[in-house]
Amino acid sequence: MATGIRDKVAILGMGCSKFGERWDRNAEDLMVEAFEECLQDAGVERNQIEAAWFGTAIEEQHVGKSGVPLAMTLRLPYIPVTRVENYCATGTEAFRGAVYAVASGAVDIALALGVEKLKDTGYGGLPQRGRGGLNNMFWANISAPGSFAQLAAAYRAKHHVDAKDLKRAMAHISVKSHDNGALNPKAHLRNKITEDDVMNAPMIADPLGLYDCCGVSDGSACAIVTTPDIARGLGKKDLVSVKAVQLAVSNGEEVQFGEWDGSYFATTRVAAGRAYKEAGIDDPRKRISMFDVHDCFSVTELVTMEDLGISREGKAIGDVLDGFYDASGKIPCQIDGGLKCFGHPIGASGLRMIYEMYLQLNGRAGERQRPDPVLGMTHNLGGFPSQNVSAITIVGRYGA
Amino acid sequence: MANDTGILSYGAYLPLRRLQRKSIAAANSWFAPGLRGLAKGERAMANWDEDTVTMAVEAARDCLAGLPPAAVEQLILASTTHPFDDRQNSAIVANAMHLASTLGVLDVTGSQRAGTSALISALAGGRKSLVMASEHRLAKAASPQEMHYGDGAAALLVGRGAPIARLVGAHSETVDFVHQFRSSERAHDYAWEERWIRDEGYMKLVPAALSALFKASGVAPSAVTHFCLPCTLPRVVPGVAKRAGIAEGAVRDNLAAVCGDTGAAHALVMLAQALAQAKSGDMIAVAAFGQGCDALLFEVTDAIAALPPRGGVDGALARRKEETNYLRFLAFNDHIALERGMRAEADKGTPLTTLYRNRDMITGLIGGRCRSCGTLQFPRGRYCVNPKCNALDSQDDQPFSDTRAKVMSYTGDVLTYSADPPAYYGMIEFDGGGRMMADFTDLDEGKVEVGMPMRMMFRIKENDTARGFVRYFWKAAPIV
Repeated sequence: MATGIRDKVAILGMGCSKFGERWDRNAEDLMVEAFEECLQDAGVERNQIEAAWFGTAIEEQHVGKSGVPLAMTLRLPYIPVTRVENYCATGTEAFRGAVYAVASGAVDIALALGVEKLKDTGYGGLPQRGRGGLNNMFWANISAPGSFAQLAAAYRAKHHVDAKDLKRAMAHISVKSHDNGALNPKAHLRNKITEDDVMNAPMIADPLGLYDCCGVSDGSACAIVTTPDIARGLGKKDLVSVKAVQLAVSNGEEVQFGEWDGSYFATTRVAAGRAYKEAGIDDPRKRISMFDVHDCFSVTELVTMEDLGISREGKAIGDVLDGFYDASGKIPCQIDGGLKCFGHPIGASGLRMIYEMYLQLNGRAGERQRPDPVLGMTHNLGGFPSQNVSAITIVGRYGA
Repeated sequence: MANDTGILSYGAYLPLRRLQRKSIAAANSWFAPGLRGLAKGERAMANWDEDTVTMAVEAARDCLAGLPPAAVEQLILASTTHPFDDRQNSAIVANAMHLASTLGVLDVTGSQRAGTSALISALAGGRKSLVMASEHRLAKAASPQEMHYGDGAAALLVGRGAPIARLVGAHSETVDFVHQFRSSERAHDYAWEERWIRDEGYMKLVPAALSALFKASGVAPSAVTHFCLPCTLPRVVPGVAKRAGIAEGAVRDNLAAVCGDTGAAHALVMLAQALAQAKSGDMIAVAAFGQGCDALLFEVTDAIAALPPRGGVDGALARRKEETNYLRFLAFNDHIALERGMRAEADKGTPLTTLYRNRDMITGLIGGRCRSCGTLQFPRGRYCVNPKCNALDSQDDQPFSDTRAKVMSYTGDVLTYSADPPAYYGMIEFDGGGRMMADFTDLDEGKVEVGMPMRMMFRIKENDTARGFVRYFWKAAPIV
């Protein structure tokens, strides 16, 4: 009987590059930037790393395919390097590979690194690209904002919410993330905005305006993981350990079958349930200290807080407007600015979320530091509401 | 020709948008002030995702609506604006219409009377034929043609059976009278002086063909109750009728005010409208001019009352959206170099192997119905999508093209590249089950809501400008 990975793996070190429009840097530079911080934090040498997982989503945009770009860039000593891609959940997928390698006992120390260099397209937003030979022939002409925007239409219809009320809550979400990002020196967007700014911004995909959409950024983040025993042997105290890593992937039920209504993420509900079980958490609203969720768009964050079981179904608007998820609220969400303001270099984002949880749990989050966090949860989503990859990670104080 | 040969059914399609001629004239009057004299009424204007093939499919669907699955033996598509010179355009229509591969198909082209020539040929051949004429007409900016022309299609099911209009006779005169031409390397028509076309062309060639028709049929011209003759020149058709002995009251409106001249399709468009308005015993004469003249005579029968209701030309005319933006018309017809942005640069190549393997799914919108659990699904996978079933290879063909649907979620997207932003799309759920994320088309900006009823329409999905290929698929359109 599988017992899960709770407390079997500790984070030895983490690193994260500055996110943003890094016009003067290649993807490789960003990888080194994150890796150098991570190595120093971990207190190990590169030749102690026994296996690596490399996450990048749109590789044709920058480093190319395979594990080779990671091994070449970091000069890793002929170790196994696996390149992973799972839509925007790629970063968490890389982390999962490294964590599982350690938990299995196959290796003592493993590396996960994610990177994306998105600002070499010549235009804003994610790159326009093919979806596969047959998919190109029948998929609708969807963009990322256009697919997520539909959550709003379906959510409003289901819960009888006025368009303006929903938009106001979405605006609060973005304002909150800008407030948080302003305190984060590594964040892409550090300006504060107002709800009126959000409400009056140019439309991208109805009802998502410019400020309902996250930053499209260059960046890299990484983690070195090991067992709690080895971490202690290397002199680490106050360990941050992995409580759960769960993934749920759409199988076509949402986009082809009759039960999903378009207003939520079926995958997130499943993955969150499994993650809470793996971590031994019965009441997440009481136990989780903070969240970093996949706020690619404001409305995604809103419905995700219901899918994670924190807000009751149809009630997230109230929690959002009450400030429940603000930095000063009961459970802060996107305390580092989130995808919205920290930015969204796809392959790095899942690891960036864990990075903030790790900093907070170590008391190293600077101006953003929350008092005494115990458990941090990340939610990293890839794809479209109708067919996607939902990845959940829970990290926390070892033994908690 | 046997007495039981004739027209068994009819259908028509006109694109939703009607470009106002005063908008054309206003934009061009600085250069061609004479256009002001033509600035009356409106012309049918194809959407960016419509062409001769897509309009033919819609006309054919209208024609076959409500009929038992017809044993169509032959499908003919007449047009001077076929999207493909080498790829059977009518075969695309056949695939979209789920017609059997045992079908004979033919693309007819080369003349403004291609539609009537196809019709005569089909009636003479004896096989049950779906004859379609469709035209997406291009004209230079500021030309009189731009004012006169319209886009549209008509379809007629003909052959033996219980015709709604029995074929009385047909006659063709072939004379290489070149009133206008378009060589294969040119995009636009080149026309000669209208007075010559009128006096030496219409007024001489058409009456000659008609009188040969009446003589051979043994029918007096005065018996004609509906006379269909496409012509954009003023006062010509009454003159032709008079010279041919047809009563002035039988001359049918050529739809210039509401549709424009749909070229090779127009005689069939006018015939389709005449059939919708005719009663048993009416005599319909149809003529079309172009390097000679085709003329046909039909007698409407009692069976017309039993034909299931259809949209026809009048339904198509009622489905209407006024367009006053002449620049949009130019852009849709690729007449201006629009800055389409970097997102338009994405490669739209079609792997022909993939298209062939999946032609029923892509061209026919055929999904699956699970024999084990009854679940309808699109596309059909090897395993049934119902998680309580997941049976392997359990699905029969399930066409969705004629199934109505409702909007589940939607957006209007200005980020993704679209030839007509915002790009509307969303999840639709078919009545009876099955759903898909579909592009929407012919949608008024902002006029969409959850629960809105939609119907599927065959449209251009992508234009692969790098290779000159057209990729077709189905889109959801509001039911008006």
